[in-house]
Amino acid sequence: MKLGGGTHQLLHSGDGMAGESPSFRSAGIVTVENLRRLGLAPPENRMRRGPVAVVECPEFIPCNICVDACPFRAISMNKITDLPRIDWELCTGCGTCVALCPGLAIFVVDLSKPDKALVTVPHEFLPAPEVGEEVWLLGRDGRRLGKGKVVRVWERNKTWVVTVEVPKNLAMEVRAVWVER
Amino acid sequence: MPHTGVPARDRRIWEHPILTFRRDKKVRFYFEGVEVEAYEGESIAAALYAIGVDVFSYSIKLSRPRGAFCMIGKCSSCFMRVDGIPNTRTCIEPVREGMKVERQYGLAEVPSFSREEAGGEEVIETDVLVIGGGPAGLSAALTTAKYGLDTVLVNEHFKLGGQLLKQTHKFFGSKDLFGGLRGFQIGERLSGMVLEHKNIRVLLQTVAYGIFRGGWVGLAGKNRLYRVRPKAVVVASGASENYLVFQGNDIPGVMGAGGAQTLMNEYGILPGNEVVTVGSGNVGLIVSYQLLQAGASVKAIVEILPEIGGWFVHAAKVRRYGVPILTRHTLRAVWGGERVEGATIVEVDRRFRPIPGTEKDISCDLVLIAVGLTPDTRLFAQAGAVMKWVPELGGSVPLRTKYLEVSVPSMYVAGDASGIEEATTAILEGEVAGLSVVSKLQGLKADAAERRERLLRFLWDGYRASPLLSRARAGKEAVTVSEGEMSEVRRRYPPITSFG
Ligand code: SF4
Ligand code: SF4
Repeated sequence: MKLGGGTHQLLHSGDGMAGESPSFRSAGIVTVENLRRLGLAPPENRMRRGPVAVVECPEFIPCNICVDACPFRAISMNKITDLPRIDWELCTGCGTCVALCPGLAIFVVDLSKPDKALVTVPHEFLPAPEVGEEVWLLGRDGRRLGKGKVVRVWERNKTWVVTVEVPKNLAMEVRAVWVER
Repeated sequence: MPHTGVPARDRRIWEHPILTFRRDKKVRFYFEGVEVEAYEGESIAAALYAIGVDVFSYSIKLSRPRGAFCMIGKCSSCFMRVDGIPNTRTCIEPVREGMKVERQYGLAEVPSFSREEAGGEEVIETDVLVIGGGPAGLSAALTTAKYGLDTVLVNEHFKLGGQLLKQTHKFFGSKDLFGGLRGFQIGERLSGMVLEHKNIRVLLQTVAYGIFRGGWVGLAGKNRLYRVRPKAVVVASGASENYLVFQGNDIPGVMGAGGAQTLMNEYGILPGNEVVTVGSGNVGLIVSYQLLQAGASVKAIVEILPEIGGWFVHAAKVRRYGVPILTRHTLRAVWGGERVEGATIVEVDRRFRPIPGTEKDISCDLVLIAVGLTPDTRLFAQAGAVMKWVPELGGSVPLRTKYLEVSVPSMYVAGDASGIEEATTAILEGEVAGLSVVSKLQGLKADAAERRERLLRFLWDGYRASPLLSRARAGKEAVTVSEGEMSEVRRRYPPITSFG
């Protein structure tokens, strides 16, 4: 029996990744090119103007928490199974969505400072980082890419939102931090 | 502890990034004759595991050690003798001051007495009986109670909430569907509402053991038997974890992913220090992440398929902390004596055959089995509901209309028992089933009918429209029939009992 079958089929044809499944399905790591192609990463020049969200949510999961989370209405969807659509001009990089996204899939990147980039990541491990502390910077594959200084930490329902300084060339690579005391 | 027979370790988690474990009151009981300490609210199995007990019994024929596996009363791995009663499911039996707990060796003797004063028998006439206190059952009961129907909710466990209690991640979905809250927060909220509701009577530690002619349901409580004749029944009996065949699969430390999750998130007990996870579906990925949060090291997640089974966002969370996900790999063997000491993994070819020479040994003390769930549909089978085997749903499930009524009139299904999906859909199905009961017993009310249609639209055309859920959706489509088709099913296979 089919109940309202129409939408279902549409999704399969229009999902932008027909044919071979994308490499992140086997690697668990998404590439920046993939994110850009899906409209989930802001253009380089936008990041140079100040903090902005990078939404690493490339599948059509049934979720729209970020849409309601954003105080600036920068994220939109027509259906709950759409990919988040981000208006890079409305996004202020405030990081609210970083704290609320259940997939811990949203980050904020800021390339506006002359010497360092700032990357904001969600963190749900003990100990929580402290401002001023040097922490390990981890890539999408968990590799330690160096150390960086924590410049801001806040928390919402046990998800810490941590902003760290990272070398500019690693702004699109660092996606977690690890505290070693 | 001054005794040699009792390992004295502390596996309790005292600091956790998400959870706070309430350990207010100590309880003392006897394990193999030695006094041990636990905390009020712990199950016997959890309390023993916490102090380092890995072996709960020795098997019947070969005297092999048996340890914890599912921790939710569905497997039988934790059977022990409690106050003289053998085969007690220690994972869903709370610790009590002074109780005597012993390991079982081989086949148990039949007990000649009962544990407590028998509390006699009670006949209950009620509007609705809801079987199962997980997300689907809680949501169904709240719905029927809201419309003024007398509702009895039975739950095998001594706590309500089902698997929600151990979900520490925030739920997807949308704001008005509890999305954004952590699973245990949703569980606490729903359980609290159920316990406070004046129209709901909750029977904890009570098993619905059978459905009988004329619409009677038999319930066995701790010390009391009930015969219930409801006008409608909602069965939301959940699911049990699947097992996997490999050498050494019975060594304590081979545990269901859900079992490990119960230990660590409900009771705050670390299930192991070094972990190999088998299966990269959402459960395997989520539990691996939670193990990291609890302080364990996850050495690998092995996946026999060429792709990760679960959602990318869950995979990314473990990859970021360096956990390898080895696709095209499987578990060859696990070794150890009374506790897992290591595992051998092996690469497989395109036809899933192990490739000789690719074996790798990994030392570990915990092997998590996360290879899916099987719906618990025994009550439907017993009641003679027409069932269908649907691999996409994890097993045999009852045919149902879109309003979730099965072929036994006024019997409804919701949650994982209706086919494996997830907690969000279980909550939705619970409410749909509840509203269907309301319509059946009170006539079609405009607001209930309107709400039900809205939920169904969201369930089928919204939530399940995600390509990531297409398998489950196809499964649910395969067992959902029209009212006309259901009448035909009932004509061909006349129900052997009915409610209402
Ligand atoms: S960073 Fe702030 S403004 Fe930008 S999308 Fe997230 S919540 Fe909205
Ligand atoms: S809240 Fe997170 S997981 Fe949900 S749609 Fe937005 S980015 Fe994806």
